[in-house]
Amino acid sequence: MICRTSPEVGGMGHSIKRKEDLRFIQGKGNYVDDVNLPDMVYGHMVRSPYAHARLKGINTENAKQLPGVLTVITGEDLAKANLAWMPTLFFDKQMVLATGKVLFQSQEVAFVVAEDPYIAADAAELVEVDYEELPVLVDPHKALDPDAPILRDDREDKSNHIFHWEVGDRAATDKVFEDAEVKAKVHAVFQRCHPAPLETCGCVADHNAATGRLTIYLTSQAPHAHRTLFAIVGGIPENNIRVISPDIGGGFGNKVPIYPGYVCAVVASLTLGRPVKWIETRSENLQSTGFARDYHMTAELAATQDGKIQAMRVKTLADHGAFNAAAQPTKFPAGLFSICTGAYDYPTAFCEVDGVYTNKAPGGIAYRCSFRVTEAAYLIERAVDVLAQELKTDPVELRRKNFISPEKFPYKSPLGWSYDSGDYDAAMKVALDTIGYDALRKEQQEKRAKGELMGIGISSFVEVVGAGPAHTFDIAGIKMFDSCEIRIHPTGKAMCRMGTKSQGQGHETTYAQIVAQELGIPAADVTVEEGDTDTAPYGLGTYASRSTPVSGAATAMAARKIRDKAKKIAAHLLECSEEDLDWEPGKFFVKGAPSKAKTIQDIAFAAYTNMPEGMEAGLEAVDYYDPPNLTFPFGTYICVVDIDKGTGEVKVRRFVAVDDCGNIINPMIVEGQIHGGLTEGLAIAFMQQIGYDENGNVQGGTFMDYLLPTAVETPHWETGKTCTPSPHHPFGAKGVGESPNVGSPAAFVNAVVDALSHLGVKHIDMPIAPWKVWNILKEKGAVN
Amino acid sequence: MAKKQLVQIKVNGRNREAMVEPRLLLVHFIRGIPGLTGTHVGCDTTHCGACTVLLDGKTVKSCTMFAVQADGCELLTVEGLMQNGKLHPLQEGFKEEHGLQCGFCTPGMLISSYALLSKNENPSEEEIRWGISGNLCRCTGYQNIVKAVQYAAGKMEQGGKDDLPNIA
Repeated sequence: MICRTSPEVGGMGHSIKRKEDLRFIQGKGNYVDDVNLPDMVYGHMVRSPYAHARLKGINTENAKQLPGVLTVITGEDLAKANLAWMPTLFFDKQMVLATGKVLFQSQEVAFVVAEDPYIAADAAELVEVDYEELPVLVDPHKALDPDAPILRDDREDKSNHIFHWEVGDRAATDKVFEDAEVKAKVHAVFQRCHPAPLETCGCVADHNAATGRLTIYLTSQAPHAHRTLFAIVGGIPENNIRVISPDIGGGFGNKVPIYPGYVCAVVASLTLGRPVKWIETRSENLQSTGFARDYHMTAELAATQDGKIQAMRVKTLADHGAFNAAAQPTKFPAGLFSICTGAYDYPTAFCEVDGVYTNKAPGGIAYRCSFRVTEAAYLIERAVDVLAQELKTDPVELRRKNFISPEKFPYKSPLGWSYDSGDYDAAMKVALDTIGYDALRKEQQEKRAKGELMGIGISSFVEVVGAGPAHTFDIAGIKMFDSCEIRIHPTGKAMCRMGTKSQGQGHETTYAQIVAQELGIPAADVTVEEGDTDTAPYGLGTYASRSTPVSGAATAMAARKIRDKAKKIAAHLLECSEEDLDWEPGKFFVKGAPSKAKTIQDIAFAAYTNMPEGMEAGLEAVDYYDPPNLTFPFGTYICVVDIDKGTGEVKVRRFVAVDDCGNIINPMIVEGQIHGGLTEGLAIAFMQQIGYDENGNVQGGTFMDYLLPTAVETPHWETGKTCTPSPHHPFGAKGVGESPNVGSPAAFVNAVVDALSHLGVKHIDMPIAPWKVWNILKEKGAVN
Repeated sequence: MAKKQLVQIKVNGRNREAMVEPRLLLVHFIRGIPGLTGTHVGCDTTHCGACTVLLDGKTVKSCTMFAVQADGCELLTVEGLMQNGKLHPLQEGFKEEHGLQCGFCTPGMLISSYALLSKNENPSEEEIRWGISGNLCRCTGYQNIVKAVQYAAGKMEQGGKDDLPNIA
């Protein structure tokens, strides 16, 4: 039970307004492109128009002749410094600038630096590159064919196969399937998409030759890890590197990797001794930086005739593009995809994933998702609906019959996770009541009789977020703990620095609320600072919904260390023993004599002016938190759609999202996260796709053809909640930023399939564009 | 390089002039000459609206105009919304209703909302959604932006026009 602080203190549970907003609403944010340094110059990338081609020559002379051009860097130049390739975050390497050949359209080929960004762009046009086209591999299903072109001739293994990964009991699972009364199977492609934060990626690299220090202003979700990687790859002493991640205009996983442009800007600044700014265009962002998904999945469920699920079997082909630049923990080549058994209780499962190379942009990043959890949640929630169709049963009833019951937690899943806590039926019940499920089913029957198309889609998802624990989770070898440092100033105000980095999540407010909760210092008196590696404690950064579960926990633990010291000071000031003291947020008081009290502000002042003999001065603490387990947020989403038979257009009539993320820090911010995540889920279900033609040309490389929803396409979201605290988190929180994006795609697709199920439709791949629906209606004879 | 031309633009009530290349985009003029970096660039195809400013009372995407085309015009950017130390009701609304997260789209959203309210004092939810449909937001799902605009409309009705900051 969380004790509630006053609104003035603004601890947990208060919807206090965001501290960061004042600068943003005045246009005073400080994003990377707003960083302007004296003598700064500008980089521009030359990119390949071909998806697969041999590089026969690069002529940079004309470009270099253009007045204002300072240098043109090629892969051959980088090779001399051993920087033509860099390691990816997942046991592979990636070309910084191409040498030998190019492997995807828009691959980085040369880097032009000029006094002015317009001149840099002009000069990029003057770089002459001689290409010899090679056969292109786009379809991952053909990657392992004997006649497929081998893409990565730099590797010892002359194959397009990257990895095979499996988990679970294959033999036991196969046996259950052999004997199963009912089987359901779905092939589902989770299409390649891109997080497309509104701010693209970029940096300003500033090497100061006089001090030897390199400062990199970077669009980074993980500034500390990036500093270490720059030190290791670039051979620059880490104490001479300062990464500053200023305001970040959205990340969603896109800003976790290190991109070639960053490396080129650093090299150029080292070479020229001047600050170098490089900011991607939107097309460059969509065509070359971390894509997500591209999972080609087959799921099967075995069940009894009366609807008890007995086993799940999953086979997946993962398209990683030209380099395996997946950003995920090193022991998990397919991320946390093995959460795919979902919210359901059955003993047996088997899951295998094979990764392959194709001539597409590299990546496999976690787009608003804890490492492939979105793919997993989508797959099980689609498969359960297909099973319901096989069994001719209601999808709600089937889910409720198979939910893991609350008394089974901590629950050991068949693929090895230990779910911390859950009450799946409780969330389902709130969702059903809110939307009025029975009445909707009745309406659907009536509409069908009139030939109208309406569907109801359900998704009861489970997430796994908040990595560590450190013994199992690391990225590029760095353990996935996270950190917080709190300093209480003599006047009782606090400074809080973190290993994470907000990209819009509101950390400056929510971390302050945790301090307010734990110490009783008003949130307004707590300044939260992130993103400067010179000042903040080391941490792994913000992605995979890990800020609240890990750094949030570190904040509580650091505050509790401060409280321990504060108690000693209070006992000194009140001339009593520590055992005689009780705490309520904001003060220690003598048991039974509440007027004999010292506030945290009194104590802070004394920590610098009147400390007990033998005690160190100051009131501060740092905590590096290693979570004992992950957290498992969950929820039930219900979507109602109407389909226009004339156009195939799907209209989302209602969408109810019931989330359970444990104890909530700021309800307003949680609701905002859910609205945003649902909108990205809507985009994925109906609009977003990075496609390729057979020659490897990107179809979806600008906002003209990579469609994002505007306010007009976005429905009004209805939210609700249940609360099942995490038993192992210091204040029972679980994390929420990604739940709506993880849980919603299945709800949308299930709704559309449900609307068409009486026509025999069992599955439609995303994005469900009107033409797709219209073609199905035509094929099924539902329209002329 | 084409010959530079003199451009004079009144930005948020102040005259700004510079010799610029004819190809300089208006957004780069705004961000570069007066150094008003609140106006952002989020795409290269005129879709995202992060660069939206008010040009002689009409919204334009400043990435799709040359600075020379704005010669002699009056511009309002996000930095001009606050007057005499007082937030515009829209700015207040965005804060009160949690109408922003990363803040990157916010300046353009504010200007589009400002233009909407100057034509329609009491817009419906649907009118607000259409009014901001030239601006993309990846964080909020728009719902709280709609509420923020409604908040501002209510506040402006309540306070009357005289209470408003005197812009441009």
